[in-house]
Amino acid sequence: MSLSSKDLLGIKGMSPEEIRLVLDTAASFKDVSERDIKKVPALRGKTVINLFYEPSTRTRTSFELAGKRLSADVLNISTTTSSVVKGETLLDTARNIEAMKCDVLILRHPCSGAPAFLASRLKSSVINAGDGFHEHPTQALLDLFTIREKLGTIEGRTVAIVGDIAHSRVARSNIYGLTALGARVRVCGPATMIPYGIEQSGVEVFYDADRAVDGVDVIMTLRLQLERQAAGLFPGVREYARLYGLNRDRLSRAGKNAMVMHPGPMNRGVEISSDVADSSSVILDQVTNGVAVRMAIMFLLSGGAKAEAS
Amino acid sequence: MTMNEKALILDKSGIDRALTRISHEILEKNRGAKSIALVGIQKGGVHLAGRLAAKIREIEGVDIPVGSLDITMYRDDLGTRKSQPVPKATDISFDVQDRVIVLVDDVLFTGRTIRAALNSIMDYGRPMRIQLAVLVDRGHRELPIRADFVGKNLPTSSKEKVKVLLAEDGEEEKVVILAE
Amino acid sequence: MNILIKNGHVVDPANKVDEKLDILISGNRIAGIGKPGSIGSEGAQVMDASGKVVVPGLIDMHVHLREPGYEYKENIATGTAAAKAGGFTSLCCMPNTNPVNDTGSVTEFILSQAAKSGSARVYPVGAVTKGSKGEELAEMGELHGSGCVAVSDDGRPVMNGAIMRRAMEYSKIFGIPVLSHCEDANLSAKGVMNEGALSTELGLRGIPSAAEDSMTARDIFLAELTGCRLHLCHVSTKGAVALIREAKARGLAVTAETCPHYFTLTDEAVRGYNTMAKMNPPLRTAEDVQAIKEGLRDGTIDVIATDHAPHGMDEKTVEFEYAPFGIVGLETALGLSLRLVQEGVLSLTDLVRKMSLNPAVILKINRGTLSSGAEADITIIDPDLEWTVDAAVFKSRSRNTPFDGWKLKGRAVQTIMGGRV
Ligand SMILES: [Zn+2]
Ligand SMILES: [Zn+2]
Repeated sequence: MSLSSKDLLGIKGMSPEEIRLVLDTAASFKDVSERDIKKVPALRGKTVINLFYEPSTRTRTSFELAGKRLSADVLNISTTTSSVVKGETLLDTARNIEAMKCDVLILRHPCSGAPAFLASRLKSSVINAGDGFHEHPTQALLDLFTIREKLGTIEGRTVAIVGDIAHSRVARSNIYGLTALGARVRVCGPATMIPYGIEQSGVEVFYDADRAVDGVDVIMTLRLQLERQAAGLFPGVREYARLYGLNRDRLSRAGKNAMVMHPGPMNRGVEISSDVADSSSVILDQVTNGVAVRMAIMFLLSGGAKAEAS
Repeated sequence: MTMNEKALILDKSGIDRALTRISHEILEKNRGAKSIALVGIQKGGVHLAGRLAAKIREIEGVDIPVGSLDITMYRDDLGTRKSQPVPKATDISFDVQDRVIVLVDDVLFTGRTIRAALNSIMDYGRPMRIQLAVLVDRGHRELPIRADFVGKNLPTSSKEKVKVLLAEDGEEEKVVILAE
Repeated sequence: MNILIKNGHVVDPANKVDEKLDILISGNRIAGIGKPGSIGSEGAQVMDASGKVVVPGLIDMHVHLREPGYEYKENIATGTAAAKAGGFTSLCCMPNTNPVNDTGSVTEFILSQAAKSGSARVYPVGAVTKGSKGEELAEMGELHGSGCVAVSDDGRPVMNGAIMRRAMEYSKIFGIPVLSHCEDANLSAKGVMNEGALSTELGLRGIPSAAEDSMTARDIFLAELTGCRLHLCHVSTKGAVALIREAKARGLAVTAETCPHYFTLTDEAVRGYNTMAKMNPPLRTAEDVQAIKEGLRDGTIDVIATDHAPHGMDEKTVEFEYAPFGIVGLETALGLSLRLVQEGVLSLTDLVRKMSLNPAVILKINRGTLSSGAEADITIIDPDLEWTVDAAVFKSRSRNTPFDGWKLKGRAVQTIMGGRV
């Protein structure tokens, strides 16, 4: 079994089998990260390029480490250091990169669909490292991996995703991944941040966070972009924290041993209280697992599927 | 293209006898079981390593560490394969440092798997010595690699396939040659 | 020189004609129309139109010709050539050029270019406000005097209701219609496609139907207040159709247009981040498409226009959010609109009404009929000709169409303007 596409653009469209393949493969790569020598030669001689049009130290570092642990040559290009700032088009930039014989292109971009745009025009494998409000598939895969690792199974679990669903690619990818693997998903946030028609993706919508987390196995809190206040999506941070912030009290309504996840970076005291973040969350496990999942993705994409595409 | 069974090489008792002999040879060569660990190479070598450990326990009355090694990430053909192999479990739960590691595989053929296994095991530490035990050596080496312990030397044509079927996988136990 | 168009199926809604007739063109005028064989053809070039439909030259009252200022997208020569290829003999060009057509000199420039190189008649539309900035009224008197047949700030809405009210009042002096691009820009904000389940899935900012509906309602009430002749551009929503229907029932002087893409495509065309399906207003849902067709059928929507909006391929080959809104339409409009006839939504007569007579009436231009003595603007359509849209051979300078490769039935085979083939 292998992935059906040369690219990873989103979780939507991946079959449950493909998702499980990635998670199973990631388990092997997690072992590698726990050895003294955290490196395997699987991608020796391959070139991986991180092309980041948005600043994200965390995701970029995770991909970089994943690539290096696979022995690939990893290059980082970010908006501040490249010709991107000179107004070169995305396609021109990408074609230039491809001319350098890049095998895997990892793209973070503020526009939804930018990875799909490149994937259809390049021979390299394109990995979506987050595009606009569309998807952030590797984040969802590492979240799924972490849930499976901690709870054993995903099927039948109830997961509450709390926050700005409308502007969250993490929420979308997780909704697709969790529902594909048989979890029940609740989304919760101010009505201004619940996007049109989200219930069509098989989730239950809540505006009341206390009810949303009631009895759940997993709570994912999303980072609140504070600039959304200026756009009129919420009246103020204090009220947001009171209505949707995850604190001890609210957490106590969730199932016993409920997992608390956050894609980072956190606004402490806003969407998550410090005591919950520090004592009840698996946030650091998510970071560790991120490297293993990204290794698995790069490994799976750099093999078979690409040979078929060319 | 279908492959048919051309010849039976070892049956159940033949496999058992070969493993018993290998166990004795391992103990003899290393002057006992001290500091030995067995590492089965996924997937064919894992069950065999377990059986060798059981036999050594019978003979010497000691439990020696057994691990499994998946060499997928160390293969030299990753970029050229049609579909990417899925890594299986690697389980080395003991320190390889200063141990005698006996790698165990079912069939020794080109030697490329063993090359990958050598690289892989050394990423876990620096063993004192590495030895190789195989149930069948069918020749056609592409690398300067040889086995220390061989159950059966078997001249084959490179077009043939050698298959080791084991009870652990729900098969009738035997070693056969397959040909077109 | 005389031309005799013989044996064509003549459809001329102004004269309630829908039968096989011969038409004689003498010079630039229609000299006679009568039963087949009833008109002498001595010395005339005979054009056999058997099996063809002969209609008054089509009029597209919503085109962006891009000249002056954006000639790399289109110019008056290429835009009117595209019009001719698509069966249009007249078109209105919107004022969002650079400079904006907000003064007589720009209008005169457009008209002189059209006279020099135009393959179709060009009727300029002047700006409602200076620079189309929505702040101060443009000098409509001068614009009208120079040849503008209507005013519009198309490309963007007139957001300030008070300015729109004054514009509607002021336009009455000249008896010209205000063409309104109905969009509440605060509601559409940074939206790039229809707001719906698909925009949620694709992670693209949505433009809700309410952005169009609420502005349509405002403009209808302002038309009622001012008595202005209001024409609503590119209607795309079910809600707007209902509002217009109700306004007409109340007897208001409101007219409306839609475009072929709004009755042919839904927002599903955006899937895959297809920038060729990015336009404003955006492609809506199947329910809206149904409502648009119903509005066309019952006469709520008077006009089919193209909103022909050429853009360079480089401009469209970018991230979806960064791509400009708009598609070209002149060379596909007739083929797509004939589908309405094939589906039984419109009769051929009604189609011709919406693509020729009604725009002429709204703009008060003396076109859109085949009356004897009228300017000989005639389009001959082969209704059975099956063809495949090939953007590569468009006469337009731009190829931004979502219909490339579509198989259509029926197209203009002859476009005659002022008696010239
Ligand atoms: Zn408009
Ligand atoms: Zn327009």
